[in-house]
Amino acid sequence: MNSVPDILRILPEVLLTLTGVAIMLIEASWPAARARRPLGWVAAAGVMLALGASLGQLALPMGFGFYGTVETSAFTIFFHALICGLVLVVLLLSLDTLPTDSHHQGEYYALIVFGAVGMCLMTSAVELLLVFIALEISSISTYILTGYRKETARGPEAAIKYFLLGSFATAFLLYGIALIFGATGTTHIYEIARLAPASQNQSLILAGLGLMLVGILFKVSAAPFHVWTPDVYEGAPMPVAALLATAPKAAAFALLLRVLYQMLPAQRPLWSPMLWVVAVLSMTVGNLAALRQRNVKRMLAYSSIAHAGYLLAALAGLGSSGITAASFYVAAYAAMNVGIFAVITMASGYDERLPLTGDFRGLLYRSPLLGCLLILFLASLTGIPFTGGFLGKLTSFSAAMKGGAVWLVIIGLLNSGLAATYYLRLALTSARRPRDGRAASAPRIGIAAGAALIFAAAATLALGIVPVNVFHAAEANAQTLTAPPAQRGASGNAVAPR
Amino acid sequence: MTAINNSILTLILLVPLVGALLVALLPERGTRSKWIALATSLLTFVLTLHLPAHFIPGQSGFQFEVNWQWLESPAVFYHVGVDGLSLWLVVLVGLLAPVGVVASWKAIHERRKIFYSLFLLQQTAMFGVFLSLDLLLYYCFWELSLVPMAILIAMYGRKNGPRAALKFFLFTFIPSAPLLVAILWLYAQTGSFNFITLQTAIARGGFGSWPLFWLALAFLFAFAVKVPVFPLHGWLADTFSEAPVALAMVVAGKLGLYSLLRFHIGLFPQQARDVAPMLVGLAVVGVLYGACLALVQRDFWRLMAYAALSHLSMITLGIYGLTLTGWEGAVYQMLNHGVVDGALFLLLGVLYDSYGSSEITAYGGLAGKLPRTATFFMIASLAMIGLPLLGNFVGEFLILLGTFTGVSKGWAIAATLGMIPGAAYMLWLIQRLFFGPESALALSKPPEDLRRGQMAVVWPLAALMLLMGVAPGLWLPAIEQGIHLPQAAEQWNGPAVTPPSAPPQSALPASTNGEERQ
Repeated sequence: MNSVPDILRILPEVLLTLTGVAIMLIEASWPAARARRPLGWVAAAGVMLALGASLGQLALPMGFGFYGTVETSAFTIFFHALICGLVLVVLLLSLDTLPTDSHHQGEYYALIVFGAVGMCLMTSAVELLLVFIALEISSISTYILTGYRKETARGPEAAIKYFLLGSFATAFLLYGIALIFGATGTTHIYEIARLAPASQNQSLILAGLGLMLVGILFKVSAAPFHVWTPDVYEGAPMPVAALLATAPKAAAFALLLRVLYQMLPAQRPLWSPMLWVVAVLSMTVGNLAALRQRNVKRMLAYSSIAHAGYLLAALAGLGSSGITAASFYVAAYAAMNVGIFAVITMASGYDERLPLTGDFRGLLYRSPLLGCLLILFLASLTGIPFTGGFLGKLTSFSAAMKGGAVWLVIIGLLNSGLAATYYLRLALTSARRPRDGRAASAPRIGIAAGAALIFAAAATLALGIVPVNVFHAAEANAQTLTAPPAQRGASGNAVAPR
Repeated sequence: MTAINNSILTLILLVPLVGALLVALLPERGTRSKWIALATSLLTFVLTLHLPAHFIPGQSGFQFEVNWQWLESPAVFYHVGVDGLSLWLVVLVGLLAPVGVVASWKAIHERRKIFYSLFLLQQTAMFGVFLSLDLLLYYCFWELSLVPMAILIAMYGRKNGPRAALKFFLFTFIPSAPLLVAILWLYAQTGSFNFITLQTAIARGGFGSWPLFWLALAFLFAFAVKVPVFPLHGWLADTFSEAPVALAMVVAGKLGLYSLLRFHIGLFPQQARDVAPMLVGLAVVGVLYGACLALVQRDFWRLMAYAALSHLSMITLGIYGLTLTGWEGAVYQMLNHGVVDGALFLLLGVLYDSYGSSEITAYGGLAGKLPRTATFFMIASLAMIGLPLLGNFVGEFLILLGTFTGVSKGWAIAATLGMIPGAAYMLWLIQRLFFGPESALALSKPPEDLRRGQMAVVWPLAALMLLMGVAPGLWLPAIEQGIHLPQAAEQWNGPAVTPPSAPPQSALPASTNGEERQ
């Protein structure tokens, strides 16, 4: 039965790890005076290889490896590809924006790649302890990256804040895992799904689920676990903020879907109302707070909180329609968010010469390309048709509508009307004629950053106009998660009982 | 010919889009963007003329239909088609595109690439609104039409563009949120976004009256803001005074009015009948209120805004009179209003570009210096006032006739009274702009009358006003085919639901149109 070598099940992670280690070694062995920029290309090449490897996994029979702890399925491949794509964009962006004289550049690239290892593993692990380890791998590298700008006070402050709150949240997650283990006697997701409905300790399962949700919702920055987001984004270097806003969240959403729909689908009546409240809170809190922001990064931080809310609305959808919608939304959200962060990185540079909304005045005149892309991504965030953001919102709300959550949809759409105000304010500011005295020169866009921008823009438009393939992939996700365990044991390598 | 008939609507949608991409991607060199935009818009106009040439008025339902699946789940279709309701409106959009390019020819002198590519994108969006028969596709185009408009208002606004753009955007975007909720609700119930499927499903009943009430209200609200209907006109004056001329021509009216007729009355005939008396009242108030406010404006863009409110309210009156005559007049009047407004905006744009002021009192005595501008302005104004033999007379006459016979004599008389201030503000505007002693502003600049390119646009528009006044028979048969549709919906609704005081239907239009065409 075990025809597929275990190593192939985690090939993308292995490739990423090797890349990271190689970068660390090269960094140490190169003379100090030598420019570290080529290491960025090494990292990008490694991530591309990993992307290829995850797509190559499509050729493998779906199933499990390493004693049933990791899984290869349509679901894991979808999120692997998404995360690798995001990390690739961030790396390309960093290549052109990281100052050449900045310290420890090799570590910067290595940490991004190691973070990617953790995020990828998080989506493919089906054993809660491995999930926890993966989460820690990705978290620790993002904590360090957040504080990468040591020369400012903001950077380390944000890093410490993120670290303290983040460790606290992962402790919640671990505690939740422990309680669920107490109730069912296992930490394997499929086993829990099998044993939980019959368990005597339903209240223990509920408590465990609640604690786990706290940990995961912290990672996706849903209200009321969102307070870290604006500070951390503000303190982190621009490309790192682009990473934080997208890839770890995609991984955390994958985990959320797995926990809710695969591990405890029978407890839906319990978790559904919780998520309803969190969704409404996130949208409303995020949008109301974003309205008042003058700092672009903080505004985008709150906007990402609001988007987490729209995404959670999809989970009000029944079964597979909810998973399909949420998966699609994650892809759309990631594409447009990494895009807008990329535009802002390019316009304001690594050291943020343009921190405030008002500073973007005249961007459309100074650099029509960046201006147009800014407006494109803002339109997508607003939910204008023919962009990924619109179809994402549409599928999410239509799933919620089918699940009977009419009020959630109404609140969500009113919120998106509210959100239009601040997105539009930024777009219109960039369309304003620049003041004569402050005609800053157009930012130079290199090949790497140009590729990153075009990639993100193409993805955003493609998700809005020709999304059929991604929809199919998202539907495959839904099938993976909702397939009954018995069938899955027969289709791939057997779940290893311990 | 079938191949062309099958692809014509797609072509109409694609050509401006391709033009927009060409303008955006080719490097700016000299006046290239202008010429590409002009060529694209002329080509689009020619393509739209294919529709009336091959439209069969005797055949009911949609023609030139295309129905391809776009998304599987949710099941969205690229479903486009034309009937008599949208036929001439599509041609009108096509006609106003080159007019808009000519109006921007001199006025837009920086960042032409952005301007023309967004302008052409706007064309695609507007065609999409008139052509879509899939509710979600329609919503996509409806929202898309906001973006280029808002950006262009912000970039090329005269004094405070971004503020006007924000106002315009939010006024339209926020009401469309309930619209989307309503569309999604219908989809959740029926599994379809198809207009005809939904129309049949609603007519068959089984939704309950409360959900339908809210659905209809969501549709009505979204469209009424866009028209605008009387108390929802807050965005209009700012938008008119800031928007570039080419966009001010198309921003108000047609999209909203068409949507009211097609989707509010078309999908919810019973609910529309319930709110009709209120809307008739609001429309009459709008006619009078707009006309009175137009009288006291000092800025000619704002005057045009309130004049538009007044005229658009007249069309709303025709729509919610719920008579076939009124509907016919309403559609016809949408066309007239588009043509006349296009001409007036073009001419005012010429004045504004050469003198740099929209203050009416700053002008005076220009008739001698700018004889062509003055002449055409007068023709267009007379058409707007509703002088017999010019297009607006026919439209307004049909609307008022429908109201008089089908709704109430009182409302009809009140709306007719609105024509008095209507004539007053236009004639007074002409007097202040073109006659009297020459003002300091008029003396300060060398006169610059209409150039050849502008003449090439204004002449046909003036001819069209006359033609629409003397030969409405060219247009009305197709329109009659279109308004047959909402009526059919009423028939599906069954006689049991129809209140006894239902407006007279089929008997009226035959006789009145006969008279009109003679």
